[in-house]
Amino acid sequence: MSTAEVDGGQVGPTWRERLTKASPVLVLVPSLAASFIYIFVFTIWTLYISLSNSSLLPSYDFVGLSNYVSLWSNRRWNIAYSNLFLFSAFYIVGAMAIGLLLAILIDQRVRGEAMWRTIFLYPLAVSFIVTGTVWSWLYNPVDGIQMLVRGLGWTDFNFALASDRNTAIYAIIITGIWQSSGFAMALFLAGLRSVDPDLVKAAQIDGASTFRTYRKVILPVIAPIFLAVAVIQIQFAIKTFDLVAALTRGGPGISTTFPAIYVYDLMFQRGQIGEGAAAAMMMLAALAVVLVPYSFYVVWRRRKENRHD
Amino acid sequence: MTDATIAAVHDREAAIAGRRHLASRTIIYALLTFFALIYLAPLVILVFNSFREQPEIAQNGLIAFPRSFQLSAWADAWSTYCIGGTCEGMRRNFLNSLWMAVPATVLSTALGALNGYVLSKWRFRGSETLFTLMLLGVFMPGQIALMPWAFILGKLGLTNSTYGLILVHVIQGISFTTLFCRNYYVSIPDDLIKAARIDGAGFWRIFRKIILPLSPPILIVTVIWQFTGIWNEYLFGVVFTSGREQPITAALVALTASGTNVRAYDVMSAAVLIGALPPLLVYFFGGKYFVRGLTQGAIK
Amino acid sequence: MSSLTIRNLRKSFGSVEVLKGIDIEAKAGEFIALVGPSGCGKSTLLAMIAGLESVSEGEIRIGDRLVNSVAPKDRDIAMVFQSYALYPTMTVRENITFGMESRGVPRPQRDEAVKRVAALLQIEPLLGRKPGQLSGGQRQRVAMGRALVRDPKLFLFDEPLSNLDAKLRVDMRSEIKKLHHRVGKTTIYVTHDQVEAMTLASRIAVMHQGQVQQFDEPQAVYDRPANMFVAGFMGSPAMNFIQTEVGTDTDGRPAVSFKAAGGGTATLALHNGIAGQISTRNVILGIRPEHIFRYSPELKAAKPSIAKVEAPVEMVEPTGAETIGFMRFGDLEVVGRFDPDEAPRMGETITLGVDMSHACLFDPITKNLI
Repeated sequence: MSTAEVDGGQVGPTWRERLTKASPVLVLVPSLAASFIYIFVFTIWTLYISLSNSSLLPSYDFVGLSNYVSLWSNRRWNIAYSNLFLFSAFYIVGAMAIGLLLAILIDQRVRGEAMWRTIFLYPLAVSFIVTGTVWSWLYNPVDGIQMLVRGLGWTDFNFALASDRNTAIYAIIITGIWQSSGFAMALFLAGLRSVDPDLVKAAQIDGASTFRTYRKVILPVIAPIFLAVAVIQIQFAIKTFDLVAALTRGGPGISTTFPAIYVYDLMFQRGQIGEGAAAAMMMLAALAVVLVPYSFYVVWRRRKENRHD
Repeated sequence: MTDATIAAVHDREAAIAGRRHLASRTIIYALLTFFALIYLAPLVILVFNSFREQPEIAQNGLIAFPRSFQLSAWADAWSTYCIGGTCEGMRRNFLNSLWMAVPATVLSTALGALNGYVLSKWRFRGSETLFTLMLLGVFMPGQIALMPWAFILGKLGLTNSTYGLILVHVIQGISFTTLFCRNYYVSIPDDLIKAARIDGAGFWRIFRKIILPLSPPILIVTVIWQFTGIWNEYLFGVVFTSGREQPITAALVALTASGTNVRAYDVMSAAVLIGALPPLLVYFFGGKYFVRGLTQGAIK
Repeated sequence: MSSLTIRNLRKSFGSVEVLKGIDIEAKAGEFIALVGPSGCGKSTLLAMIAGLESVSEGEIRIGDRLVNSVAPKDRDIAMVFQSYALYPTMTVRENITFGMESRGVPRPQRDEAVKRVAALLQIEPLLGRKPGQLSGGQRQRVAMGRALVRDPKLFLFDEPLSNLDAKLRVDMRSEIKKLHHRVGKTTIYVTHDQVEAMTLASRIAVMHQGQVQQFDEPQAVYDRPANMFVAGFMGSPAMNFIQTEVGTDTDGRPAVSFKAAGGGTATLALHNGIAGQISTRNVILGIRPEHIFRYSPELKAAKPSIAKVEAPVEMVEPTGAETIGFMRFGDLEVVGRFDPDEAPRMGETITLGVDMSHACLFDPITKNLI
């Protein structure tokens, strides 16, 4: 570690020397100040608004937890967070399963590896807005997949996933999986490539089949990656906004409302800033519930690894 | 058993193994192809429809092989299509996104590189703690910042302006860029810095002459990550700007939502592609770095 | 060329004191080796001399100038790092001139200096290459070139040879020695390799646990180690330590005795005046392996200080030039160096000669040399 030199102090340094010595800190100050404001001041500010009776404009009259009470008694909020649970479960499991399958397939020394990887990963470079828009067209019963299949002769085929309030959430799940299974694939593939090849050779000499080698030897080694992928995707799920905004706009009706969508609605469509801030705080709380234990776990694991070195 | 029969048994085993190998290869490529088709389909459909004529789309549906050809949808989408009363196409919004994403990317990357340099090579008491605190910004949901930003942008007179969005994205991006650069610079040996200090180089000269020449890999990763992220961002765009000032993501939602138009899939497809093109180009040309950014972002 | 004076130098990281009052004085032109096991504080000390670490207490003077709070660049020093620390994006030439460039030395002068150093180190053909294209030995030369090119008051070496393979290390060692002889700069050389310290230095500072254990000329450090740590650290195989009781031998001369392998007592007569300085009942006898050998009456006749002791041989390790024998002295294993021609065999009981004129006696409590 190189430390900035601390002055031992026999001869008083000139202002120029002082400036030179201070420059590392001075460089950091603007970013630190901005980040501090962004992270802490903004959070406390929003927290405060959530405890006030702000409606169309922010006000600072303290009303305790009434915004939270009203939020949790609201049917739309209940739909929003139960959607979030449903979405998270299917989205994470689906994207990880497909991602892992693709990673293992690509790991079989296939030809054109770069091409396959490029194809599976490109959706991640595209915005959720683009993805959501295109998929909303595909789900459209008049012009999309339903029309295609009916055109093929199957005239009573019905596929109106996004137009039915009971199934619209699954349209979002499918699109979400399409968008981010490539991401899971990339991380799994990086993990598979980091496994010690001698381990695989040893398993083969021990007579393990390919399937068994993956199940018993390779996948346990990359177990931490599963957790990392899951945590990142829960994060995506909690923050989900663009995809829904472009795909269903929360509809039909209010059936695909998500917390982030509802925050936006409360703040900018209905002028209920206080309650919107309360919903935003709930999103932050949800992230904290996932990320705080995870970061403790990561620190713990790193310590453990360092001890073994 | 004679040698001949042993050889025959071996041949048979080899043949079975060969057949099994062939079968498993076939399954592998079949699965990969199947998934590749699903992944490519939306993009291909978009490209096709942007060149098909609207009446033909209406007749044959969105998912069909083109039987007509036109270029006018692209021209319409770019400069004349009407969204909510103004008929300027996506050009203005595209340029908004460009003028937003490029400066915000450059600024946040530059700040991240400097921060990363200080936090890895000029540590001081408490600098690790400061770094950890800055990392919290990576996880902050944008919704928390909406009201404070609205207030601050209002006070600064930057509401409904690209400059406002630049400010928002730079500050939001600092956490990411600092994280990327710091983690990369940590792997540069400290002895280089010590040698340079003895050689008479100061803080800035070491940065310019030693750190920066070693930085291209991480700067490319950071620039790609920031550019695609900022270009694709929607929430801040739709909240803090409106109409002609919107970035392209917000404009696309407005375009496809506008009820007044009959669904002009040809123009909308071209518009969506225009919105998707810059990050796609970045992805196809910098794919290696894009993946590296992803994996690094994940190992935070 | 100038001297280096370090007085009561202390360094703490938080509550941990890593240097506990160091006093070293290097005369102008001297070659000082700082040697010690890892974690002894030698590299921290070097970094403080370079100005890369701050001073908690005490003073560092280069010549007469107090440099405690002087920035590294203003101390007029040059340093060679263990990792070489060559700037990877610069060519060899740029690496060597970077320091002069930072100080605004004009180009013709820089070119002149590079030419001189490249000739001195025979690296002319490498000037256009990048460090990544060089072998370990070449990098080492370039790192030295970077240090030599300026005309500094002080040369600092931080384990410069430890990344080289064994053969190259020996070559570079003698090259550094020749170079110092030619250039004559005051040099501080950190190493954990006692052979390097012995061969290169005009004086050695042996460090342990943040303190200088002994600061003296190489042979003095080897022959008269100040304490058991120095005795054990310098020399390979290490000095043998035998717990003994002070008494007299059968002739009534002062002697030390210890339990021998068979269960009896072995007695070694002490040499010369050393006995008079012993004030304790027990002492630790230190004998270097080269002072344990196969006994013969002729040797004894030539050197009366040789004592005789019997011991079973537990193992032998031939190294070619000599054979190392491991003998049992009571509970202890004792190491001796033998000429391959008269090496003992495993299992043999051998009569050993111990040259007591080179024996060191240590106080068992303070561990210091008596």
